[in-house]
Amino acid sequence: MYLKNGPIGLLFHTIFIAFILAPLVMVCAVAFTGEGFISLPSNGLSLRWFKAIANNPRFIDAFNFSLGLGVLSATFAVLLAVPAALAIARFQFRGREPLMAFFLSPLMIPHVVLGLAFLKFFTSIGISGTYLGLVIAHIIIVMPFALRLVLASATGLDPALERAAYSLGATPWITFRRIILPLIVPGVVSGWVIAFISSFDELTMSIFIASPSTTTLPVRIYLHIEDTIDPLVTAVSAAIIYLTIIAIFILDRTVGLEKLFVGKGRA
Amino acid sequence: MTATSRAPWLLSTPALVIYLAFMIAPLASVFLISFFNFEFYGGIQVSFTLKNYIEILSEGYFYEIYARTFGVAMVVTLACVVLGTAEAYVLSRMSNPWKGLFLMIVLGPLLISVVVRTLGWALLFGSTGLISQALQALGLASGPVSLMYTNTGVAIALTHVMVPFMVISVWASLQRINPSTEAAALSLGASQFTVIRRVIVPQVMPGILSGSIMVFALSASAFATPSIVGGRRLKNVPTAAYDEFLNTLNWPLGAALAVLLLIATVVVLISANRLIERRYGAVFN
Repeated sequence: MYLKNGPIGLLFHTIFIAFILAPLVMVCAVAFTGEGFISLPSNGLSLRWFKAIANNPRFIDAFNFSLGLGVLSATFAVLLAVPAALAIARFQFRGREPLMAFFLSPLMIPHVVLGLAFLKFFTSIGISGTYLGLVIAHIIIVMPFALRLVLASATGLDPALERAAYSLGATPWITFRRIILPLIVPGVVSGWVIAFISSFDELTMSIFIASPSTTTLPVRIYLHIEDTIDPLVTAVSAAIIYLTIIAIFILDRTVGLEKLFVGKGRA
Repeated sequence: MTATSRAPWLLSTPALVIYLAFMIAPLASVFLISFFNFEFYGGIQVSFTLKNYIEILSEGYFYEIYARTFGVAMVVTLACVVLGTAEAYVLSRMSNPWKGLFLMIVLGPLLISVVVRTLGWALLFGSTGLISQALQALGLASGPVSLMYTNTGVAIALTHVMVPFMVISVWASLQRINPSTEAAALSLGASQFTVIRRVIVPQVMPGILSGSIMVFALSASAFATPSIVGGRRLKNVPTAAYDEFLNTLNWPLGAALAVLLLIATVVVLISANRLIERRYGAVFN
């Protein structure tokens, strides 16, 4: 394109990118300090605080817990989202629009409201602070992300393919397994990934229903920050940033980042 | 054709059951306890009282919390409109590989937990942090400056968290613009500023508006950033509800705070959506 950015545009762009990166760079830099307090590394980079993470099982446990919770809730969310997306994408029926709005509604509800609703409800049915409670709550909040991406790939399907399969004698299950599923795999995979990430990052809702034995990583970090901001929590956060950067590169190569972000946010 | 009309409902049943049992029931129970009574020594008592709502609507303490919540959300939304729209425009005029790289840098933080991003701001904002040092070095401040526990600090950090949503939203609108409209305006002698004001902005208005709704709603219900940067004193509605639920243990009052927040958010989201569809329906279709 021949329309180029002028000097003002590029200056703004530089400041904007600096603004976006500043807090992340700050976390990554402070994590390498050799001192016992928050400071930029003055005499050489030190791995002192990264080593300290290894001696701090609370963060390691929370990381493993979040990983398992994310995998489980993303998988269940996709299992619920695929049939629901096929229903919405492939059928014209009364109540289709309200049904879709209902399935996407957890995006409109502030997580703090969901958090205290789950706390109240889980306490009354006796699963407050349990693993089961967290999994159920996470399925609900990540389901809309999965649904939206599966829906996007299912909407473009040609109905003739399905009719052809039926006319050749395929059962509904075979048609789904051999015809539909392979075609919507990109949506299913990217839906699972965004659901996993949303679960892994979630704080506001989880903090209400997490107990000492079911603490997710963001909750663990938040509780630590509330108490004290030290190089240890900074090193943990820096480790998360590095892992996310690796994940971003892998996702960009495989799923495509732009596709992933279509499902993020609520509008 | 009963089989085909039943099929979509059968397919939706698993998700519907989970939603009804584990989302609608919890929300209903929160709505219910917001009418319960709470005694400091007696705990929660089953009753029907409007006490909690009256307390929230009449006490200056809560009025201040709601005003702060929506005030900060408004400022953050305005900042995101200006910064996000400008950045999306600059990005759309870049060519690859720069475009792809910078889009990744702008959107990538959405994949990092808000707690981690807010920690970065807490490190920058402290009285010994880089911002304080820079202001003193430039002679703009005589002593250490701390943005921690200030509304300004909360607004800056929240803008950082929310602005990627605005960039994607405007970016999506910019993709639909025909670049020759801009070229035509330039060739007819319009200045760059006029082109942006009269040609670009009106065409991306739907993107700006839907981005604004999202940013406003998310800012009003943000918890981590106001809690960490704002601290105990500068409460917003979500952190106040958190305190009522987990510290004071006054669940009925916390529930009433949450119900009012939910109603306000849903009203804003739905009415703004209606407005956009009425005014810009033609653009979307």
